[in-house]
Amino acid sequence: MQKQAIFQTKLLPYALVAPQLAIVLIFFYWPALQAVIQSFLLQDAFGLSTTFVWFENYIELFKDAAYFEAILRTFFFSFAIAVSSLSLALLLAVMADKPLRGSMLYRTLLIWPYAVAPPVVGVLWIFMLHPSLGVLSRYLRGMGIDWNPLLDGDQAAALIILAAAWKQISYNFLFFLAGLQAIPKSVFEAAAIDGARPMRRFWTVTFPLLSPTIFFLLVVNIVYAFFDTFGIIDTMTRGGPGKSTETLVYKVYSDGLLGGNLGSSAAQSVILMVMVIVLTGIQFRFVERKVTY
Amino acid sequence: MVEEEGFRRYVAHFILWVGIAIVAFPVYIAIVASTQDNALIANGQMSLLPGGHFFEVYYQTIFVGTSGSTREPVGNMMLNSLVMALLIAVGKIAISIISAYAIVYFRFPFRMPIFWIIFVTLMLPVEVRIYPTYKIVADLHMLDSYAGLSLPLIASATATLLFRQFFMTVPDELLEASRIDGAGPFRFFWDTLLPLSRTNMAALFVILFILGWNQYLWPLLITTRDDMQTIQVGIRKMITTTDALTEWPIVMATAVLAMLPPVFVVVVMQKLFVRGLVETEK
Repeated sequence: MQKQAIFQTKLLPYALVAPQLAIVLIFFYWPALQAVIQSFLLQDAFGLSTTFVWFENYIELFKDAAYFEAILRTFFFSFAIAVSSLSLALLLAVMADKPLRGSMLYRTLLIWPYAVAPPVVGVLWIFMLHPSLGVLSRYLRGMGIDWNPLLDGDQAAALIILAAAWKQISYNFLFFLAGLQAIPKSVFEAAAIDGARPMRRFWTVTFPLLSPTIFFLLVVNIVYAFFDTFGIIDTMTRGGPGKSTETLVYKVYSDGLLGGNLGSSAAQSVILMVMVIVLTGIQFRFVERKVTY
Repeated sequence: MVEEEGFRRYVAHFILWVGIAIVAFPVYIAIVASTQDNALIANGQMSLLPGGHFFEVYYQTIFVGTSGSTREPVGNMMLNSLVMALLIAVGKIAISIISAYAIVYFRFPFRMPIFWIIFVTLMLPVEVRIYPTYKIVADLHMLDSYAGLSLPLIASATATLLFRQFFMTVPDELLEASRIDGAGPFRFFWDTLLPLSRTNMAALFVILFILGWNQYLWPLLITTRDDMQTIQVGIRKMITTTDALTEWPIVMATAVLAMLPPVFVVVVMQKLFVRGLVETEK
C-alpha cells in the first residue's frame, strides 16, 4: 500500500528519519552487534587478549547444568504465570461482560494495577508475605505451613509467580473484555434458543470465539514473564535463595554484574535475542490474520 | 428462568468484588503500613487498620528519605522519574511521528530499508543488550544523566508503525487541497496532519508515560549517584538485606508515591489509556 499524493522534496525525508535512525543505530544495532561478536570471543583471565573461538561459548553454555535449569525455570514460570493470570482474568471478564449495574466502575477498579511498576509489585508482595513481619505469613503459619520464602526455594518461586500473575490480571482482563464485547450478542441468543445452558454456552460458543484473544494473550504473557519479571525478582528474591528464582534475563544481569565471563554473558544475550525474534514473529503472523479483538 | 438470571447476577457481582479485593489488597496493606510505627511492623504486630503517623511518615519520605539505606529524599527521586518519563514519552512521539511522515509522504531511496531497520528494533528489548548498551552509554559519558536515562530508550517501532498506519488512512484530498493553498511539507505537517493526530498522540502519550515512569533495569544500571536515582531504583535500595534495618513505613510510603502518578493517569484518562493500549499492541 502506497500513497498517491506525495511530496517531491529530495533531502527533507532523510532529515526527518535521521533522529530515529541515529538512536536506533547507536543504541540498538551497535550493542546487539557487539553482543554477537563478543559471543564468539574468549577473553583470557586477565582481560589482556581475546581469541576467536567459534561456538565454544554456546557449547559451554549448553553443557552447563545451571543454564539448562534456568531455561526450564523460565519456561515453568511463564507457563504458571500465564495460566493462573489468564484464567482469573477470563473469569472476571466474563462476569464484567454481563449487563450489570456499575460495570464501568468494575472495569476501572480492575484495570489500574497495570500501572504498578514491577519493582513496586515485588515490594508489595514481599512485605505481605515476609517470613517475620508479613501480615499474611501469620495466617500461613497458623495453618501449619513453615513459610519462609527467603530460605525455601519452592516457596520463593511460588511467591514470584503469585506476584507476577497478580500484576498481569488487569492487562488480560482488559483484552478479554474487549474480545468478549466484539462477539455479536446474537450468537449467544441463538445458542440459548437451542437450549444450551450458560456453562455449556461458555465452553461451546464463547471460548472458541475467544481463542484468537487467548492465543494473543498467551504470547504477550510469555514475553512478560521472560522480561518484565526482572523488577519483581530483583526486589523480592534477587534470584535466590540459591538460584531458585533465577530466570534467563536475571542470569544475564547477575553474571555480567559479577564481571565474570564476558563471552558467556554475550552468548546468553544472543540466545535471548533469538527467543524474542521467535516470539515476536509468532505474534505478528497472528496479528496479520486480523483475528484479534 | 427470571429467578435464575437474578441469582446469576448476584454471583457475578460477588465474583467481581472478590476480584477487586484480590487486586486491591496489597495496595491497601501498603497504605496502612505507611501510616504506622516501624517498631510495630518490625515485630510482626502490624495492625490492619490505618495508624496515626501519616503526616510524619510522608513528610520524612518526601523531604528527607530513609535515615539508613539511601538517605535520598523521595521527592527528588520522583522528580527524576518524572523528567525521565516525560523525555521518553515526548521523545518517542516526536521522533516517531516525523519518521512516519517521511516514510508515508515522501519517496526516496532506501525508504523501505529504513522502515525495516526501525521495525526490527521491536525484537531488541533492552534486556537482551544490557551490557553492550551500558558500555556505549559509558563511552559517551552519559552515565548519571537524563540523556543517558532516556536517549537509549527513545526509539519506538510501535509508535512509528502506529503513526504510519494512521497517516495511510488520511485522505489524499487533504494534501492536494493544502497544496493548492500553497502549503509546503512543513505547513501541511503542522497545520493539517498534526491536529488530526492529536487523539493518537494523546493515547500514545498515556501509555508511554506509564512505561517510562515504570522503567527499572535501565536506570538501575546507569545511575550510580544517589541524586540521579529514579523512584523505582530508590525503593529497591531501601530494602536492605539485613531486614532489621529496613524502614518499612518509609518503603511503603515510597511504594504508594511510586504508584500514584501512573495509576492516576490510568484512572483519569481511562478512555485514552484503553485506546493506547489496544492500539500499541496491534
